[in-house]
Amino acid sequence: MNKRAASLYTVLALGYAFLYLPIVLLVIYSFNASRLVTVWGGFSTHWYAELLHDDKVLDAAWLSLKVAVVTATGATFLGTLASVLLVRFKRYPGSTLFAGMVAAPLVMPEIITGLAMLLMFVAMEQTIGWPAGRSMTTIVIAHITFCLSFVTVVVRSRLAQMDMSLEEAAMDLGARPLKVFLVITLPLIAPALMAGWLLAFTLSVDDLVISSFVTGPSATTLPIVIFSKVRLGVSPEINALASVFVAFVGCAIALGGTLSRKN
Amino acid sequence: MSAPKTLSRKLGRFLVALPPYGWLLLFFMVPFLIVLKISLSELQAAIPPYKPILEWAEGALPHLHLNFENYSYLFSDELYVLAYLNSLKVAAISTMLTLLIGYPMAYTIARSPARYRNPLLMLVVLPFWTSLLIRVYSWMGILKNEGLLNSLLMGLGIIDSPIQIMETNTAVYIGIVYSYLPYMILPLYATLEKMDLTLLEAAADLGCPPFKAFLKITLPLSMPGIIAGTLLVFIPAVGEFVIPDLLGGPDTLMIGKVIWGEFFDNRDWPVASAVAVAILILLVVPIMLYQRNESRAEAK
Repeated sequence: MNKRAASLYTVLALGYAFLYLPIVLLVIYSFNASRLVTVWGGFSTHWYAELLHDDKVLDAAWLSLKVAVVTATGATFLGTLASVLLVRFKRYPGSTLFAGMVAAPLVMPEIITGLAMLLMFVAMEQTIGWPAGRSMTTIVIAHITFCLSFVTVVVRSRLAQMDMSLEEAAMDLGARPLKVFLVITLPLIAPALMAGWLLAFTLSVDDLVISSFVTGPSATTLPIVIFSKVRLGVSPEINALASVFVAFVGCAIALGGTLSRKN
Repeated sequence: MSAPKTLSRKLGRFLVALPPYGWLLLFFMVPFLIVLKISLSELQAAIPPYKPILEWAEGALPHLHLNFENYSYLFSDELYVLAYLNSLKVAAISTMLTLLIGYPMAYTIARSPARYRNPLLMLVVLPFWTSLLIRVYSWMGILKNEGLLNSLLMGLGIIDSPIQIMETNTAVYIGIVYSYLPYMILPLYATLEKMDLTLLEAAADLGCPPFKAFLKITLPLSMPGIIAGTLLVFIPAVGEFVIPDLLGGPDTLMIGKVIWGEFFDNRDWPVASAVAVAILILLVVPIMLYQRNESRAEAK
C-alpha cells in the first residue's frame, strides 16, 4: 500500500472512531457503579435493575412501541399507494402538487411540521369536535404523515426498477388490474415494503419534536421521557436506558440483515 | 364494452389515488395554511390563544382582520433577527465541517476494493438507526467540564483546568457534524463511485500530478454530490432544536429553540406561527436548489 492510500485509510478509521466512540463509551458507563457518570466506580448492573422498576419509563416504552407499530403499518399502506400513483399514473390533474407534498416532509424542519400539525388538530377540534384532546391518536396521525414520505422513497425506487413485462403478461391473459397488483406486483416489491416498514418504525420510535407538539398530558412517549430526564443532566440510568435501546436496534438490524440475505 | 371498462378503470385509479392524496392534503397541506392564518391573527387570553381573523357580524359583510404585527414584531425585536442570523451561521459552519470530514471518508470508501464498499458504507449508516436524542446525549458525558474529554486531557497533563466546551457553539457544531455525517457521505459516495477512473489515468499519462488531477477532475465531477450533501445537512440544521437545546448554552440562539420557547413557554401561538412562516421563506431557496440538483441528476 502506498503512502497516500495509507493516509486515506487512517482518515477513514478516525472517522469511524468519531462515529462509534461516543456510543461505546455510553454503553460502558451504563455499567458504572458510581452515580457520577465520569468516575469509574466498578462494574454493576444496578442501573438496569433500577430501570425495570421505573413505571414511567416502562409505560412510555410500551406506548412508543404501540405508536410505532400502527404508524409503520399505516405509513407503509399509504406510501405504497403513493408510490403507485407517482410511478404508474404519471400525469393527472394535481400531479405536481402531489409530488411536492410527498417530497416536502423529507426536508421540512420537524419543529415546523409539529407546530403545523398541532394547530390543525386544535382547529379541527373547534370546528368538528374531533379529535377530542391530544392523545395517542393525534401522535399516530402526525407520525404517519411524515413517515409516509420516507416509505414512498424506498418503495418508489423498487417499483420504478420493476420489470413491467410480468404485469403486462398477466393483463394479456385476462387478469384484472387489482388481481395483477396483488398476485404479481406486491410479492415483487415485498422486500421494499419490509424495508419501508422498518424505516417508519424507527423514525416513529425516535421522534421527539413532532410528538412533543401533538401529544397531550395522557400520552408520553419514550423520547419525551428521555428528553425531560436528559435536560436535568447526565445520569447512569439514562445511559442504561440508551444502551437497551442500542441493543434493541442492533438486534433488529441483525435480524433484518439475515432476512434480506435469505431472500 | 369499452365505455364501462374505461369508467371502471377511472374509478379504480381514483380509489388508489384517494387515500394518499387525501391524507397529505388534509394532514400536510391544510396545517400549513392554518399556520399562515394564525400568524396573521391576534393573541388573546383564551383557548385557543388567538382571535379569529374572520368575523361574521349580523346583517353585514364578514369583516376580515389581518394582523401583520406579528411579522413587524419579528423585525423590531433584536432577538429574532439575531436568532435567524445565528441559525444560518451555525448551520453554515457545521455544514462546512461535515463536508471536510465527509469528503475524505466518502472518497476512501469509493476507491476501496469493490467487495469492501458496501460493508464500509453500512458502518457509516449504522449509528444512524439509534435515536438522535441518544447520540446527542452521548456527547454530553464527553464534553462536560468534568466530562471524559477534559479528564483525559488533564490526566495527560495537556491542560491544567477544564476547557469549557459544553454550552458553547463548538459543542453545537460537534453535535450537528456527528448527527448529520451520513447525509453528507451517502450522496458524495454515490457520485464518486460512478466516476470514470480512466480520466485520472489519462491525466497521469499526460504527466499531471495526482493532487492536481484531483482538483481538476475529481472535485468538479463530484459537484452534484457536494451540492446534494451540503443542502441535506444545511436545511435541517437551520431548524434544528434538540442539538442546540442540549449541547448549546443559554446564548446559543437558534430559531428552532425560539419557536419552541414562544410556543411552550410564552404560549404565544401567533408569534410562533409567524416565526415558522419566516423560516419557511428562508428555506424555500435552498429546498428548490436541492430539487433542481436532484432532477438534473435523474435526467443524466
